[in-house]
Amino acid sequence: MDPNRDRSEERLQSAASFKAFMLKTDTKSNVNLYDHLSRLLMKVMDERPHNVIDVIEDMSRDMKRGLFEDKQSTLRDLPQTTAAELLAEQQRMLFTRPEEADQEEELILGTQSSYIVAEAEYREGEEEDEQGTEDAEEEETEAETGNENEMDPLPQSTYKPLPAVPKEALGTGANKFVYYVCKEPGLPWVKLPSVSPAQITAARQIRKFFTGNLETPIVSYPPFPGNEANYLRAQIARISAGTQVSPQGYFQAGEEEGDEEDEAPRDSYEVNPDFEGTSVTEMAESLSTWVHHVQHILQQGRCTWVNLAFKPGEDSNEEGEAEEKEEEPDEPEPEVGPSLLTPLSQDAGSNSKMFNTPPWTSKISSTLTSQHAVAVLRSNLWPGAYAYACGKKFENMYIGWGLKYAGEGYSPPVPPPPQKEYPSGSEITEALDPSLEEEQALKESLEEQQAAQEEMEGTDEEEEEDDD
Amino acid sequence: MDSSALSYSLEFVAGSGHTLNVEQKTALQTSLLILKKNYKFNRVLFWGKILGLKEDYFIAQGRGEDEMQDKKNLYSFNCMDWFLLPPVTDSMMEEVSTAAKGRFIGDPSHVYELDRRGEADEEDVLTKVNEESRLAVTVHQIDEEASVIPRGAFVRSPHGLVQINRSFGGLSHSEAGKLDNYLHFSEPKRLKTKSILEMGDLNPAIDFLDELSDDIPKGSWSLQFECASNVCVLRSLLWLGLTSYHVPMTPQHGYIYIGHGIKNLDLPFML
Repeated sequence: MDPNRDRSEERLQSAASFKAFMLKTDTKSNVNLYDHLSRLLMKVMDERPHNVIDVIEDMSRDMKRGLFEDKQSTLRDLPQTTAAELLAEQQRMLFTRPEEADQEEELILGTQSSYIVAEAEYREGEEEDEQGTEDAEEEETEAETGNENEMDPLPQSTYKPLPAVPKEALGTGANKFVYYVCKEPGLPWVKLPSVSPAQITAARQIRKFFTGNLETPIVSYPPFPGNEANYLRAQIARISAGTQVSPQGYFQAGEEEGDEEDEAPRDSYEVNPDFEGTSVTEMAESLSTWVHHVQHILQQGRCTWVNLAFKPGEDSNEEGEAEEKEEEPDEPEPEVGPSLLTPLSQDAGSNSKMFNTPPWTSKISSTLTSQHAVAVLRSNLWPGAYAYACGKKFENMYIGWGLKYAGEGYSPPVPPPPQKEYPSGSEITEALDPSLEEEQALKESLEEQQAAQEEMEGTDEEEEEDDD
Repeated sequence: MDSSALSYSLEFVAGSGHTLNVEQKTALQTSLLILKKNYKFNRVLFWGKILGLKEDYFIAQGRGEDEMQDKKNLYSFNCMDWFLLPPVTDSMMEEVSTAAKGRFIGDPSHVYELDRRGEADEEDVLTKVNEESRLAVTVHQIDEEASVIPRGAFVRSPHGLVQINRSFGGLSHSEAGKLDNYLHFSEPKRLKTKSILEMGDLNPAIDFLDELSDDIPKGSWSLQFECASNVCVLRSLLWLGLTSYHVPMTPQHGYIYIGHGIKNLDLPFML
C-alpha cells in the first residue's frame, strides 16, 4: 500500500512539475504550451474534423496565427478621436466664457471638407500689424531690381502695375466684421485675414470650389492674390454684402457723423428700439419690406470709394480701377453704390437684366398654419443664402458652395494681348525698292539742291569775310 | 431616399443646407403612402426638390419589381397632390437641351422657346418645350448621372432583375471612405470597356454597375464623413445639390437632390 501510494504521489508530483514547465510562458509571444494544447484539443472536440492527425499541425499553426492577429487588431482599433466628445468639451466652454456677439453663421461646402463660418463684430484695440508686413514685401522687390543695372540693358517692360487700391481699415466697409472658421463643430476656430480690394475683384472673375484646407493655393486665371483663406474671406465679404438683409425699420441710420461728409455713404446703423415688426404675410409678399444692412461693394472692391488719382507722386491719368469701362483721363468719376438700408425691391431692377432671374424668391414657411409661419427669403444670385423674419426676429444664413449664380456657363476672361516685340515706326517697316526712273529723279533733285547750297555758301563766306 | 425612412434620413443630408420642414415631412408621409397604394408601387422614394423661381417642385419616385427599369417619377407643389411626369424620349431630351435655359420657373405649363428663324440654314426653326417635359428630362438625367448606391446594396438576379440585396450589411468604415465602393444606379456605360483582368475581380451579382471612381473629370465627387464621422456623405459637384448618404455598418443609404436642376457645366474650371 505504502510504496504504491508513494509511487502515485511521485507520479502526481512529476506530472505537476511537468505541468508547471508547460505553463511557463514564452518570453516573446506571452503564450504557454499548456493553454495552447488545451485550446487546440478543445477546438478538435468542437469541430471534430476528418483525419485530425493529418491536419493537427495546420490547426496548431492557425491557432497561433489567430492569437497574433487578434493582438494586431486590438492595436488597430485604438479609440479614435470622437468629435462628439470634443464638441461637448467645446460647448462647456461656451457656457462659461463671455463671447463676442456672433451674428451670423455660414456653412461653406468644400470638396474635401466644409467650413463653418462665424461672424463677429470687430472690437476696438485688436491687432493691426498686418500692414507692416506688406510694406516689407514691397521693399524687397525694389532691392532686386537695383542689382541688374550693370548688365546689358534688357528691353524694359513698359507695363506699370496699377496702383493697388488700399485696404479698408478693420471695422469699416468690407472689413467691418472679423470671421472665424472651423471645419467641424468642436475643432478650434481659425481667424480669417482681412480682405483687400484686389482679392475681391479677382474673386469676382474666377469660379473655384473650396477644398476645405485653408492653405491651398488658388490656381486660377486671372491669378488670385492669396491662398484659400483669402479667397474664402473675399467670398464671405461678397456674400455678406449681397445677401445680408433685415426687415425695414429694424435698423435705423446712425446719427453721429453722417451729416459732415455729404458724399460718403452712410456706413453705420443702430437697432431701432421702436421697431414693432411687420406682419409675416406682408414680409413674404413685398420685397420693399426688406433692406440691405451691409454696404454694397463697389467695382473697385471697396465699400467706400477712394480716389487713386490724387495719390502724391503718381501720374494723374493712371486709372486705378481695372474693371471700369470708360477711360477718364483726368478725374475718375467717383463710384457710388446704393446707400445702406436700401430696400431689396430696388436691386431687383438692376440684376434682373443679368440672367433673366429675379434676385430674390420670397415665401411663407407654412401654408396650413399661417399663424405660426415665418417669412423666408431665398437669394437666387447666391444659391444657399436665406433670410427669415418673424415679428421682431430675423436672421441670415448661408449654406452653400460659396459661388454666385453665373447664368449660362462661365467663360474665363481672355488673357491680355501679348506685348509688341518692337515699336513699329518708319525706319523698321519694309518699303518697296525704288525703280530706275525714281532713282534718277531723286539724283537730279539732289544735285540741284547741292548746287543751290553751294551758291548760298559762297555768298555766306563773302559776307563773313566782310564782317571780319 | 426611401419614404419610410424619410424622417431620420433627412438629418443625414441636412449638412448640404436643405431639408424639409415639419409640415412637408408629415404631408409626405401621408401622401406617399397613398401614392404607393394607388399606383401599386413596391416602394416609393422621396427623390428630392427642384427649386423654381416662383414655386418648388417636389419629386417622388415609385419603384416596381425591377428597381432599375420600373421607375416612375411624379411631381407635386404641395406634397399632397401628385402628377405623373411623362416618359423621357431621345427627341424630348434633345429639344430640352436646345431650348430650355436658365432657372426653373415653377409653372409646368411655362413654355421655353428658342427662335432660330433669324439664323440661316437651320431646319428646326422654332423649338418649344414646356417646363413639365424639362422637369422629366432633368430628373432622368440626374438619375442617370448622379444617383449613388453603396456597392452591394442591390443585386442582379440571373434573370436580369435588379432588386434590393436583403443581406447587405453596409460597408465598413474604411470601405466607406473609398469612392470605388460606390456605384452609379443607372445602366452601366463604362463597364464593358474594362479589360478582362479588371473584370476578373468583379462579382457579377453585385458589380453590374459603373463605379464612381471612374467618373470623368476626376474629382467630380466630394466624399466626407459627417455627424461625428458616423455618416458618409457624398456630394456631386456635377449636379450641385445631389447629396447621398450611407451609414457604415448598417444597410441605411439613400440620395436626395435639392437644387436648381441645372448641371454644373463650369466644373472643369472649378477644380
